[in-house]
Amino acid sequence: MSRAGRLDTGGSLGRIWAMLLRYLYLLRSSWPRTVELLYWPTLQMVVWGFMSQFLYVNSNYVFRAFGVLLAAVMLWDVLFRGQLGLSISFLEEMWARNLGHLFVTPLRPYEWVASLLSMSLIRVLIGVVPAALLAIALYHYSIFSLGLPLIAFFAVLLVMGWALGLAICGLILRQGMGAESLAWLAVFTLSPISAVYYPVSILPHWLQHVAWALPSTYVFEGMRELLFHKVFRADYLLTAGALDMMLLALGAWIFFLALRNARERGALLQMGE
Amino acid sequence: MSAAAIKVEHLVKRYSTATAVDGVSFTVARGTITALLGGNGAGKTTTLSILLGLLLPTSGIVNVLGVDILRHRYRVLSRMNFSSPFVDLPHRLTVRQNLLIYARLYALRNRRERIAALAEDLQIGAFLDRPAGKLSAGQKTRVALAKALLNEPELLLLDEPTASLDPDTGDWVRSFLEAWQTRTRATILMASHNMAEVERMCSDVLMMKTGKIVDRGSPQALIERYGRANLEEVFLHIVRKPDPELEPVS
Repeated sequence: MSRAGRLDTGGSLGRIWAMLLRYLYLLRSSWPRTVELLYWPTLQMVVWGFMSQFLYVNSNYVFRAFGVLLAAVMLWDVLFRGQLGLSISFLEEMWARNLGHLFVTPLRPYEWVASLLSMSLIRVLIGVVPAALLAIALYHYSIFSLGLPLIAFFAVLLVMGWALGLAICGLILRQGMGAESLAWLAVFTLSPISAVYYPVSILPHWLQHVAWALPSTYVFEGMRELLFHKVFRADYLLTAGALDMMLLALGAWIFFLALRNARERGALLQMGE
Repeated sequence: MSAAAIKVEHLVKRYSTATAVDGVSFTVARGTITALLGGNGAGKTTTLSILLGLLLPTSGIVNVLGVDILRHRYRVLSRMNFSSPFVDLPHRLTVRQNLLIYARLYALRNRRERIAALAEDLQIGAFLDRPAGKLSAGQKTRVALAKALLNEPELLLLDEPTASLDPDTGDWVRSFLEAWQTRTRATILMASHNMAEVERMCSDVLMMKTGKIVDRGSPQALIERYGRANLEEVFLHIVRKPDPELEPVS
């Protein structure tokens, strides 16, 4: 015990909670940001809900399962919001030029990452859960009817979002704030090849190989199997999980490498807008 | 326990196009206030950043409070702290929220009591619930000091602690730091451009130029050695003297 009543025990969870509290304070301090979290998922769901109603009577594809597009749009938002939620919390530190303060405390980089991941989960839930509930009210479609596989789909996409987010944050650490737009744009590169709204078989043959290297593709194909044929493809889930772990390890490697590089360049005190 | 709060040996920091710190060696005794002086680009901030673990050196040995900070920085970070007027606390959170978060990062118990005590000592109670970005320069400096003193550090590193403050506020900050140091017997290493401040507060001065320590001693000893009237004249003499005439000292 020290002079200021400091505990000599590890306190790792305490530091993770401290950082999480910081991001929650930030979220609470700006209601437009909270509204923005809800706005896009809800708007997307409303648009695709009407589209589903139209296609239900005009398309055999949607007729087979009304929720196929609505479930896809909500699950895609898990991936997108998972990545963005992590990146935004990271960017908050860059905008505030706060890295210099943080890294003279006992906060370990992995503890910071744990708080970024936790905040990403919170942001996803704030964005997606109200949209999912509204879909029940507006279109009588509940994504929760997917049952337990929904938890697996959610987890795979969230972890993939984290992996992308860590890699993007690493690039921003390396390249500076000029690379900030990557946080908003990068994930959309994966949208066409993740087979979100259409089967992977629609893609050109060569592109299908790329698509099957992404965990997200297994989720959306698995979702359609479940909705159309009532079959849960455990093999898809296991492959997606394995790919997720590889992506997460790669994302974390890029992030920690960039952080070390920032320490070598002396960028932690200077980095910011 | 090591007698030195800081012991640096043969410290080098090279970037691709420049050498910021060039084979610096020095010690800072525990319980003293030491100044790191030098012109812009002399290597002061680089040296402070290395001592804080924010910057990795190219080579050298850095012991802080008896711990090799390059290998075991997490063993010592909770016993030291840092303040700079050039690195504000996050603007959007209130002062209290910022301090609570840092108190948690330092694993303090009795956080609210500690913040209340610091608020009284540093006279920041009136704006604890104001966003940190809406404070004046003097208020920001006092809040930054509150953050830096949260964990009652044994070693406090300060980067120009009174920069951009009016004379009255600057004097208040200096008096506060002197009283705090006397009470806690902590070690302070401060980079400064204010020679009167250094003469008043510091028992030892490290003079840096082009990445090297070119002289050291108490302010009075330096003034006498160079035959000048005050430390400002010593500083100007050293900064303007051609490099080959200055020999690095350990």
